[in-house]
Amino acid sequence: MYEHDVIVVGAGGAGLRAAIAAQEEGADVAIVSKLHPVRSHTGAAEGGINAALREGDSWEDHAYDTMKGSDYLGDAPAIETLCQDSPEEVIQLEHWGMAFSRDEDGRVSQRPFGGLSFPRTTYAGAETGHQLLHTMYEQLVKRGVTVYDEWYVSNLAVTDEEDPTERSCHGVVAYDIQSGELSGFRANDGVILATGGPGQVFDHTTNAVSNTGDGVAMAYRAGVPMEDMEFVQFHPTSLPSTGVLISEGVRGEGGILYNAEGERFMFEYGYASNDGELASRDVVARAELSEVNAGRGIEDEYVHLDMRHLGEERIIDRLENILHLAEDFEGVDGLEEPMPVKPGQHYAMGGIETDENGETCISGLYAAGECACASVHGSNRLGGNALPELIVFGKRAGQHAAGKDLGEAEIETGQRGEYELGEVDTPVEPGAVGGPGVEDEATGDDATADGGVATESDAAAVGGDDVLERAVETERERVQELLEKDEGIQHAEIRADVQESMTANVNVFREEAGLKQSLRDVREARERYEDVFVKDPSRTFNTDLIQTIETRNILDLAEAITLGALAREEFRGAHWRAEFQERNDDEWLKHTLLSWNDGTPQLWYRPVILEGEEKEYEPKIRSY
Amino acid sequence: MSTQLPDTESETEAVETEPTESLPPAQRARMEKKAEARAARERREREAAEEEAAAEENTVHLKVFRYDPEVEGKQEPRFDDFHVPFEKGMTVLDALIHARDTFDSSLTFRHSCRQAICGSDAFFINGRQRLGCKTQLSDLEDPVRVEPLPHAEVRKDLVVDMEHFYDQMEAVEPFFQTNELPDGELDEQRQTPENREKVKMSTRCIWCGACMSSCNIAAGDNEYLGPAAINKAYRFAMDEREGEDVKEHRLNVIEQEHGVWRCQTQFSCTEVCPKDIPLTEHIQELKREAVKSNLQFW
Repeated sequence: MYEHDVIVVGAGGAGLRAAIAAQEEGADVAIVSKLHPVRSHTGAAEGGINAALREGDSWEDHAYDTMKGSDYLGDAPAIETLCQDSPEEVIQLEHWGMAFSRDEDGRVSQRPFGGLSFPRTTYAGAETGHQLLHTMYEQLVKRGVTVYDEWYVSNLAVTDEEDPTERSCHGVVAYDIQSGELSGFRANDGVILATGGPGQVFDHTTNAVSNTGDGVAMAYRAGVPMEDMEFVQFHPTSLPSTGVLISEGVRGEGGILYNAEGERFMFEYGYASNDGELASRDVVARAELSEVNAGRGIEDEYVHLDMRHLGEERIIDRLENILHLAEDFEGVDGLEEPMPVKPGQHYAMGGIETDENGETCISGLYAAGECACASVHGSNRLGGNALPELIVFGKRAGQHAAGKDLGEAEIETGQRGEYELGEVDTPVEPGAVGGPGVEDEATGDDATADGGVATESDAAAVGGDDVLERAVETERERVQELLEKDEGIQHAEIRADVQESMTANVNVFREEAGLKQSLRDVREARERYEDVFVKDPSRTFNTDLIQTIETRNILDLAEAITLGALAREEFRGAHWRAEFQERNDDEWLKHTLLSWNDGTPQLWYRPVILEGEEKEYEPKIRSY
Repeated sequence: MSTQLPDTESETEAVETEPTESLPPAQRARMEKKAEARAARERREREAAEEEAAAEENTVHLKVFRYDPEVEGKQEPRFDDFHVPFEKGMTVLDALIHARDTFDSSLTFRHSCRQAICGSDAFFINGRQRLGCKTQLSDLEDPVRVEPLPHAEVRKDLVVDMEHFYDQMEAVEPFFQTNELPDGELDEQRQTPENREKVKMSTRCIWCGACMSSCNIAAGDNEYLGPAAINKAYRFAMDEREGEDVKEHRLNVIEQEHGVWRCQTQFSCTEVCPKDIPLTEHIQELKREAVKSNLQFW
């Protein structure tokens, strides 16, 4: 067993920032990550970091833009915190030496981004995430924070009180990918999940292959609600072959979208007559697909993004990385030709429900970054708002876990205070494979399929160490069973089927029949997962085993996204429904929450908090 | 052409620390027997699948290095053949993923972002260090040989031990050091666009280890800092925001016995760098800086 004050799971932007903050508060911190920190997906971020740094700009304007961009589904206390803290955090990065692009006077450069009323996106070429990730890792090395790299966290050690809001988290169970050793990690003060996005739920995504939503699924099964999962951002410009991201910075610098007829459709077809290519991402993604669906796409699949007119000098100065990506992955020279682009899954607005201090309804369990939902992005994230989220909320989670008083949170978590239960007419019982309750009928052992909370019948008598030990035992059984099973279905098959169904049915455009189909597909995948087996018997670097466990997490997330989307009968932000073409503030100004409830997802809602520090944000019609 | 084979001593060690040691003997025997049966079945299945795939016309022939220290029948290093259906635009990583997901799920390699930024899939492909994700199959001669990075210990299949590489990176104090922060909390440390341009290429390193693997000097001198670490030192030494005294300290670090002077300008690191960083030039520039700074005291 290993023991630290604070355990951070994941080593991307949020995890690294959390670890640094906790250490500065005096805690003994360790990071546990399935990758080496510099391999984290934060490195793939391109565009930039929003922060109100300049005269003429203010955090209030940033907050207003963010609330409007969220289509009024963001919580004001979280959004205001994001916008108030991000200038200091960006300058902190600069003081740590981050290689931002520079203006002539030596200050950090800023550029326009979609949905922003001021050019407040600070950047480092088109490789901002890479620079940010490495800068923070450097600070981690400087501070000597312990890192367990290539250790896969597969379960949380949480007590089993009936009411999740009374539970507490005492550590994690992790598996050393290199050696196969399974061990408990005791966290005396708190566990921070910073495991990133769930891009692998879809088969066309800008996300890394490692982004399988592990943290969200683990927290969910431990009793933390998943919030607003139906809001999935599809980035308008990803390369058709691979899903590789082409930064919004291209449009920020003046890049233009054309259809197969050579028309600048954002204006000519009036998708966003004011902002054109720089409309919010949801608007541009729908415009592109509408063009393709109307037969004006190229090869019936994509549109063109042209930056040639910006000139070689400006492109090389600010978008050089884009030239390399287009060349390496599409064989296109961006200086000579337009680049093929289409929407690709990019970002999860939803995630683990947290308050603005990063804490979940389970005491001692925190989440930050893309895996968390505080919620600052509502139904649509503005470009350039993900990176400040990582550092602002990563830092707060780290500080809070290490014991710093951040004041009482205004955002409530868990089923308390004001909430209403929701219902959805699902064609199938969503359910969980082998969750508690069905175990006796099946094999009598639910360890393989469940991976839920490690429970102890007499909660009162249980100390943190016992909870952890029990969690380790549950995981040991699960791994053993997966390895010992002789035959069955391989995870890759199940994963591919779910990804395909999600892309077909729960994409940019959604309709009831498709959503129901996807739920049926997930249900079927769950049944097949009962027969999943790991072919590779090795304990050394068994990626087959790790991916099999990941696939289990993908199933939970796919179900949550689809259920939330089916239940939300309106059109808001990134969530478009064929049957409901209006935003319905009277009924839907509320967050979707899903609770584990012994494996059958329970749906409920909580009102959005529009009340800020000094003013209330009044929902306005989005007009383009 | 060099083929990196794991040295036998480390192989034995790995077997000794095998976690199944802790299992009761009966269970261990069962697991081992099962592993054998599995290996045999997998071989049959794979051969059948390969034959089927090879029958189709447009396939790529991969020869992939295989080695697993703990599984019976895989402890002897060997090459496995995979015939992967080819599609335009397909990369080596795509082909490896296809082979793993379709033919043999025990085929092991690191990969994540598949867009040349996470740095985890550097392999020795047709005799050269390259990133699997940004190497197009159409640019390679058939059959495509995929091996682990040379000069590193093989853990399993294409996975090598990166610890030594990380240790060397950390040996150069890879973090920004400055004594002079601006007064105002929200004030930046000014940096000229020219200076940012000067360090830009050096900041692009993704720690893939291709350069270190390609370096003959590093292969012969385990203590040599190596091109990636020296480049990291360059990134800070040339940043005008770090003061003169810090630069002096940095030069002391890189001009030690196993530092810049070991470089024999063979340019192999520069050749293989997937991010086009002029590593050899950076090393030479630091040599010049080291000489200049010492001259001041002579």
